[in-house]
Amino acid sequence: MIEPAVAEFVDHGERLAVGFCRALRVAGLRVPPSDTIRYVEALGLVGAESRSSVYWAGRTTLVHRPEDIGLYDRIFASYWEQRAAESVSIEGTPQPIVLALDTDDEDVPEGDDETDPDGDIQPVRFSRAEILTEKDFADCTPEELAELTRLMSRLRFTTHHRRSRRMIPTKRRTDRPDLARTVRWALRHHGEPMRRAFLEQATRPRRLVMVLDVSGSMEAYARALIRFAHAAVVARSRVEVFALGTRLTRLTRQLSSRDPDEAMRTAMPKVRDWAGGTRLGQGIQEFNNEWGIRGMARGGIVVILSDGWDRGDPSLLGSELERLHRVTEELIWVNPLKATPGYAPLAAGMAAALPHLDRFVEGHSYASLEHLAALLADTSR
Amino acid sequence: METHTGPKSVEEVKARLADHDYLADDGLATSVYLAISLRRPLFLEGEAGVGKTEVAKVLSRWLGAELIRLQCYEGIDANQAVYEWDYARQLLHLRTAEATGIADSTAASKLEAELYQPRFLIRRPLLEAIDRPDGRPAVLLIDEIDRADDEFEAFLLEALSDYTITIPELGTFTAKVPPLVVLTSNRTRDVHDALKRRCLYHWVEHPSFDREVEIVKLRAPGVSEPLARQVAAATEAMRGFGLYKPPGVAESIDWALSLAALGRDRIDEQSVAATLGTVLKYREDLERVNQHGIPDLVRNALLRGGAA
Repeated sequence: MIEPAVAEFVDHGERLAVGFCRALRVAGLRVPPSDTIRYVEALGLVGAESRSSVYWAGRTTLVHRPEDIGLYDRIFASYWEQRAAESVSIEGTPQPIVLALDTDDEDVPEGDDETDPDGDIQPVRFSRAEILTEKDFADCTPEELAELTRLMSRLRFTTHHRRSRRMIPTKRRTDRPDLARTVRWALRHHGEPMRRAFLEQATRPRRLVMVLDVSGSMEAYARALIRFAHAAVVARSRVEVFALGTRLTRLTRQLSSRDPDEAMRTAMPKVRDWAGGTRLGQGIQEFNNEWGIRGMARGGIVVILSDGWDRGDPSLLGSELERLHRVTEELIWVNPLKATPGYAPLAAGMAAALPHLDRFVEGHSYASLEHLAALLADTSR
Repeated sequence: METHTGPKSVEEVKARLADHDYLADDGLATSVYLAISLRRPLFLEGEAGVGKTEVAKVLSRWLGAELIRLQCYEGIDANQAVYEWDYARQLLHLRTAEATGIADSTAASKLEAELYQPRFLIRRPLLEAIDRPDGRPAVLLIDEIDRADDEFEAFLLEALSDYTITIPELGTFTAKVPPLVVLTSNRTRDVHDALKRRCLYHWVEHPSFDREVEIVKLRAPGVSEPLARQVAAATEAMRGFGLYKPPGVAESIDWALSLAALGRDRIDEQSVAATLGTVLKYREDLERVNQHGIPDLVRNALLRGGAA
């Protein structure tokens, strides 16, 4: 059904509107055709005479997240107002970032043996893997790293459950009768409720949030740790991943592709300050304000993967962690340096953080990450 | 019927909302206008206290449509959202049938048919909104959808796509005129894209200074103009302090009302210190504001708001 106003607009502006949607798409916004159609429809209703109507018709039909508003504003300015046209091309071309890990992946000849459990090379590979799993990521060659990151997709992330408010049928006798089932059973016996049915509380996985430090000092570990995070995202539900450098970037969406190489390719450009400086305190503060305290971290398990080197104010980190600790089920800090002989948490950030942590563990090698995965699944607490 | 014709322009939406004590900006008015015209659910997201829920209430008053509210919470399921059989009464009915000997003489299938009648049905908000006894569309407020589980979103998506509910024992209910649906979220988590794409989306921001003054005056009629301006100025300033929970419009209104209740027609240090609890809900935020200095806050608010 096309209303007259829409039809009229279609002649003049449809092409422009569709072009605008295309510009948004090129700039990285997801605009399915259904949204384009709705935008044209909306423009037909509000008219295209004023900037405000063109702007808001698009905002309400094409933008679905507050993060996208900035991008929308820029493209709107360049497309409809012919301003700052160059910003489109900058945002538009995804920077091809070549990852050492990924390219090496393809070159390693043993790559295919992995799917062949009876291959002759297997025992050799296992013993090699055993040594490798203990090796510090910082000491690994690119080939070894590639092999380790491949191993990561095998990590088991059993889910840590907590009670949900949802009630589900159970065979056990509980103090919550299941009247629906009781009535159904009663009907089979001429209305005599001979058997009683019961409900119990369902469980659901706790949310797991990983905040990954990608600053310069973490460079040797960050690429391995992000693969670890990806393995977790793929393996279990309710996982969120953030990269933390000079600013906080949410990576969950980018890491949700099952193919690790594909996930890395989409995630890397999002981390703008890859290997830049860190402001841990500010980063955690941003996480708390924008995500954590609002609900993401509540009752969940938060894992911070960082060496604790912080250029910012350590007392800010301390107070933000204290705040975060108050809403989480468990706050874990994974520090790759912890395994270093003679290590003491002297970095100001680390020292400020320690009092607010439930666990402080190492994360320098595959074996230590395997241990971490087991820790996350531990339900005995 | 009013909703059938609907508003003719964004300006009209603004005016009608203002008639009912809600001052909407261009963005919100456009979204509301499009939601009514395109018959799409309206998804409102934003900080707590920016007036998301109020939109649905105002729409209901303006359109003369009944407001049906579905408050979401963790673990909410179809039984609480759509319908549920009144099992206790059904069991009672069975017992009565048995006690009076009817059960023996009645076939089991007939007994079953007796149980699943509308009188044993408990109608929950979604069913209420779709199956209107008077045929007039309702305003359906699905509040704080971010608190519900993601499974529930999938379920809502289905219900909102064709406004049809099937109860196996009774048949299918289809809305003659779909309800005007308003969903709100505080963004404690991301709601699934699929659900958002069914809806028109609007991110509700804190209002501008002038608008906030107007809102306070409108919602707290006993408050003097200078006090309203000073309260709006002080709240605006506090939003820039990097607080854990920046005060929303709701807090401004509460604050203005509290100050007026204390008999003030302008703010001063003592009354601000005494009433700050209506604006700030965290101990750390109180400390933060104290660090910035209440005298400063008051002085700037008097400057900006114009001292009485």
